[in-house]
Amino acid sequence: MVQLRLPPNSRIKKGKTFSSPTKSAHMKLFHIYRYDPDDKENPRLDTYELNLEECGPMVLDALIKIKNEVDPTLTFRRSCREGICGSCAMNIDGTNTLACIKHIEECKSDVKITPLPHLYVIKDLVPDLSFAYSQYDSIKPWLQSDETPPSDKERLQSIEEREKLDGLWECILCFCCTTSCPSYWWNGDKYLGPATLLQSYRWIADSRDEATGERLDVLEDPFKLYRCHTIMNCINTCPKNLNPAKAIGKIKKKMVERL
Amino acid sequence: MKYESSLKRAQGLGSSKSSVHHWLIQRITAIALIPLGLWFVGFFLLLITSSYEEAHAAFLSPWTVTLAVSFVIALFYHASLGMQVIWEDYVPYGLTRWALIMGTHLFCFFLAILSIISILKIFLT
Repeated sequence: MVQLRLPPNSRIKKGKTFSSPTKSAHMKLFHIYRYDPDDKENPRLDTYELNLEECGPMVLDALIKIKNEVDPTLTFRRSCREGICGSCAMNIDGTNTLACIKHIEECKSDVKITPLPHLYVIKDLVPDLSFAYSQYDSIKPWLQSDETPPSDKERLQSIEEREKLDGLWECILCFCCTTSCPSYWWNGDKYLGPATLLQSYRWIADSRDEATGERLDVLEDPFKLYRCHTIMNCINTCPKNLNPAKAIGKIKKKMVERL
Repeated sequence: MKYESSLKRAQGLGSSKSSVHHWLIQRITAIALIPLGLWFVGFFLLLITSSYEEAHAAFLSPWTVTLAVSFVIALFYHASLGMQVIWEDYVPYGLTRWALIMGTHLFCFFLAILSIISILKIFLT
């Protein structure tokens, strides 16, 4: 049956507290999930006090400041620092989002940061996304066409055909939506999750792709597609303001259209 | 120790190609249950204040029997499909899940047949 509590070795314990050497009127406490597979200890929540007058405005700035100046063992992924690579996806204040575009000011009280939920944790804020990437791989996320491409130009689309991809191509595969979905928590071994399904619809909706039937065949399954119960967490959490639930709804509509 | 690739795990046994009808019928029965459910509640409230003879007479109308049988079919079909989704959501794959799904389908089928025969018995006798 579904486990309502974390296993004993995953339960979070209270960790260390690091005070700021400088003080100002703008102090903030960051409670950050820490887990090191090498020390065989339970995860813990370390508390870091930061002087916001000496820190950049984003949560990622705070994490980098902590790593550079307070605790170099803190581990997290980051790259572009402008919301386009999806590396710094994590749970901040109870919502999955990107640390680089989340303002510290938006967090009213202390800032609690944990890894993306319901994934195996490699270390601290770094989750194991390899299975989610494999699920993405399984939908063949590339253009499939039997027609020989024109030798002198690219495959053309009209403005209207191209507009159908708006709201789909912008997905950066941060998996904030997938890991916020209770259906994915319970049946993530089979359910593809909102990010992968949105990407699948991105190719189904593409006028140049000729594998629509095969793509729908792959999804026609009670678990791969139909575990979406329109809970809508995916819409609330998407840092790019996309609508995976709508894309999933359109896939379901296509399924009925071809009956 | 397993060397099975992550992609093989993600692909699993492939698609069962069987879920569109389940999804569609669940929605159709849900929509049908809105008017049928309202009718049933209204009819039931009417029966409470009726005498035995009046209630018996109500079941002699083909309209009442048609609506009542439609309500029973939609209700138990919808319940059966909905419960299957709940078992699939919360019980891991295995014999327990299979037994729960089959048990639920058979139980709903039995209740639907029992209800329909009871309604028809009043209508035909």
